[in-house]
Amino acid sequence: MQVTMTVNGVEVTREIEGRLLLVHFLRDVLGLTGTHWGCDTSNCGTCVVWLDGEPVKSCTVLAAMAGGHQVRTVEDLADGAELDPVQQGFMQCHGLQCGFCTPGMMMTARALLDRNPDPTEAEIREAISGQICRCTGYATIVRSVRWAAVHEAAAAARVTETTESPDAGEIADAGQPAGSVA
Amino acid sequence: MTSVHERVDTFHDNDQKPVGHGRMLRKEDPRFLRGRGRYVDDIQLPGMLHLAILRSPVAHARIVGIDTSAAEASPGVAAVVTGAMLAEQGLAWMPTLSNDVQAVLATDKVRFQGQEVAFVVAENRYAARDALELIDVEYDVLDPVVDARRALAPDAPVIRDDLEGKTNNHCFDWETGDEAATAAVFARADVVVSQDIVYPRVHPAPMETCGAVADFDPVEGKLRLWSTTQAPHAHRTLYALVAGIPEHKIQVISPDIGGGFGNKVPIYPGYVCAIVASIVTGKPVKWMEDRSENLVSTGFARDYIMRGEIAATRDGRILAIRTNVLADHGAFNGTAAPVKYPAGFFGVFTGSYDLEAAYCKMTAVYTNKAPGGVAYACSFRITEAVYLVERIVDCLADELGMDPAELRLKNFIRPEQFPYTTKTGWVYDSGNYEPTMRLAMQMAGYDELRREQAAKRARGELMGIGIAFFTEAVGAGPRKDMDILGLGMADGCELRVHPTGKAVVRLSVQSQGQGHETTFAQIVAEEIGIPPADIDVVHGDTDNTPFGLGTYGSRSTPVSGAAAALVARKVRDKARIIASGMLEVSVADLEWEKGAFRVKGDPGRSVTIQDVAMRAHGAGDLPEGVEGGLEAQICYNPSNLTYPHGAYICVVDVDPGTAQVTVRRFVAVDDCGTRINPMIIEGQVHGGLTDGVGMALMEMIAFDEDGNCLGASLMDYLIPTALEVPDWETGFTVTPSPHHPIGAKGVGESATVGSPPAIVNAVVDALKPFGVRHADMPLTPSRVWDAMRGNPRPPI
Repeated sequence: MQVTMTVNGVEVTREIEGRLLLVHFLRDVLGLTGTHWGCDTSNCGTCVVWLDGEPVKSCTVLAAMAGGHQVRTVEDLADGAELDPVQQGFMQCHGLQCGFCTPGMMMTARALLDRNPDPTEAEIREAISGQICRCTGYATIVRSVRWAAVHEAAAAARVTETTESPDAGEIADAGQPAGSVA
Repeated sequence: MTSVHERVDTFHDNDQKPVGHGRMLRKEDPRFLRGRGRYVDDIQLPGMLHLAILRSPVAHARIVGIDTSAAEASPGVAAVVTGAMLAEQGLAWMPTLSNDVQAVLATDKVRFQGQEVAFVVAENRYAARDALELIDVEYDVLDPVVDARRALAPDAPVIRDDLEGKTNNHCFDWETGDEAATAAVFARADVVVSQDIVYPRVHPAPMETCGAVADFDPVEGKLRLWSTTQAPHAHRTLYALVAGIPEHKIQVISPDIGGGFGNKVPIYPGYVCAIVASIVTGKPVKWMEDRSENLVSTGFARDYIMRGEIAATRDGRILAIRTNVLADHGAFNGTAAPVKYPAGFFGVFTGSYDLEAAYCKMTAVYTNKAPGGVAYACSFRITEAVYLVERIVDCLADELGMDPAELRLKNFIRPEQFPYTTKTGWVYDSGNYEPTMRLAMQMAGYDELRREQAAKRARGELMGIGIAFFTEAVGAGPRKDMDILGLGMADGCELRVHPTGKAVVRLSVQSQGQGHETTFAQIVAEEIGIPPADIDVVHGDTDNTPFGLGTYGSRSTPVSGAAAALVARKVRDKARIIASGMLEVSVADLEWEKGAFRVKGDPGRSVTIQDVAMRAHGAGDLPEGVEGGLEAQICYNPSNLTYPHGAYICVVDVDPGTAQVTVRRFVAVDDCGTRINPMIIEGQVHGGLTDGVGMALMEMIAFDEDGNCLGASLMDYLIPTALEVPDWETGFTVTPSPHHPIGAKGVGESATVGSPPAIVNAVVDALKPFGVRHADMPLTPSRVWDAMRGNPRPPI
């Protein structure tokens, strides 16, 4: 069957089998290999992409079901040379090690911040609870998302000049380990 | 807390240095953040075919017959291969890392559920899976051996009848320490406590499963293999020995690896099948297992059934520890460990304590389960050793009515006793245990926690405080003692400085997320004064890196890190001679200061390492006897392991109504000597602590009585999410390794080793009002519920 969808702003049309999973369509057919495949029971979330702005596990969506819809992957997160604040936060706060869960985690984090620009630690943990990371122990991922939230707020404040800058200490703290004596 | 840190930091505080050691963001991150990492399943080659493996649905059965005709006729199928076909080529069996053999594809019978029986090669992964469904295998089902405790029963079915003369399921015996001396100490001790302690079978479950792309070029006669391997050079040598392809015609490439955790050390049948398939079809072939295959068939971890005994005086002086272990190795002994160490480094079960005697007797058996044993950040069985000693010490504290922190402090090996030879023969390099313990207690507010606990107990609330103090042994190892199938456990490093002063360093070890591309650049930068940003790190490609044994057992920093420092010093020594020629002074008149040679007493006259690099490659004479270029290589043979240590304190709350355990706080103080990059160490520790929560509370690969694996997907094999773990509290002390060139010890596995006993000790402490002295992992609500009601269950 033929399927047409918009992936990262570009319309693509391909001949596919009806049973083809979206994750394999993105990886094997389009060569967008940033999205990963880590389990076979829809638990791990390494395959999270956006479908019409909603994070979905692309291993649990048929490519055919994405026909006519908008798909966004990690490859579209940066604006050219400029990394998204979420990407910057993951780098600044060491929110990744092997990098395998990272694309899915960041797509979820971006969606969270678009809806809730100032999430608490508990809200961040809840948002990524459908995703597994084996390397980081999650704390630095939480800090990474907070870093992005704080810096986006600061940037927005600079642009609009209608609010006070956020507390500089909070920005610095977002990148520092809590409770560390280092 | 800062003052405590300053007091114990006896070496140097390197955290604030602008180049070299210290907090530095990762060089790896930019590609991973953009989805531009290159993992095995990202690789697509022209004409590439896909391989899928048919696996046994039963644990133990004779293969009566296999009909592949329907599969061969299935659309898109290029080949269907069975064990019988491999046997004709002499490839049906392969050696394991423990000098046993393992079936690549089953020939005579299957020995565990999930074992490889046949494979299909097809034009895509969907077609390959379709064809698997069409292979018809007739099995004659046999009784399985599931419980290791019954493996040596006279009527137990013999699993390994492929081994000549094998009439039982005995795998090996092993012992360490002095049995008679230990018995004598036990005989005169005031107090003896004994406890059965099981470390259940778990699985490392890296987010990326195992896989490979094999590409055999018949014109060149060369095999290229991209694979998820933590030890690419060792794999290359083994493929050469097994497949008969000369070693210079095999290139193993370990690209970006999505986590290893010891799962990617062994050679799996899938890799061999992919190689065979590429040779047979003349095309590149990709094999990528799914999660269920990973959990059911690749290297498990632990599965030690232990009896621990501890002898002490009434006032709390620990005298001796004795243990008896039954080790379940599954159907083939695939344990990845140095050849002379079939039980790995379990001999360090004496822990951080100064004992008079110790003894261990171990028996290993075959069962109808997947092979493995050494994996999941175990440092070659130290997870089991530390769990045993830290649990049994807590049992002793309970018996004596002593505070577990006080008991440990009373028995620590003292700083002046290092290097300390244990009663099982391990020579601990350095340690200063009490300040580490005191710092953890201070960070946790230990005395206040005990007061809070007393108040809660009075109200009927269940709160537990658990302590674990561990000594690790990492950095295998001295080649006179340690080898993997005859390959000595030394590691190479090569450094080339380009004419413009940029550099490339090539490693024999292979990162799976531990940040080597960053930290090895930092080590070299510190030694040679070239900024880390100007140093690229190459690893994982056997054609382009020096030989070495790979990354596992937290050995990268102890072995390869030493090699990197020493190779940089070797280059610096040559640079010094060249600089002396440039400045027209003797070598002795030069002093080195972060990237430049200066004339002593005339600091205005100097040349930078970049000046020297250009001169080394450029026009003009070099001092007599100096070759052009600026590079060196080295193979580092460590004189000993490194022995990092740590003090962990865990606080749990147990819901009396549901028996649900919540880890409320976790304080981890690690001492790994000189710290190359504190940010990366912290991340390593966080990850390992999360492993500990998983193992202590959630994870187990269980089997039913028919040998069905009950943990074969992430629906049942539970791994912590962000909701099950707290925000970690980390601290450190610095006790350098005296024999390591930069004083650094390994650390990556410390938290996985140290955290499970801290968590279990905390849960048992919480359950004290119920008279509980021990409960086996995983401490799931149902198992805690049973323990609270006086019926603790061993894991099945």
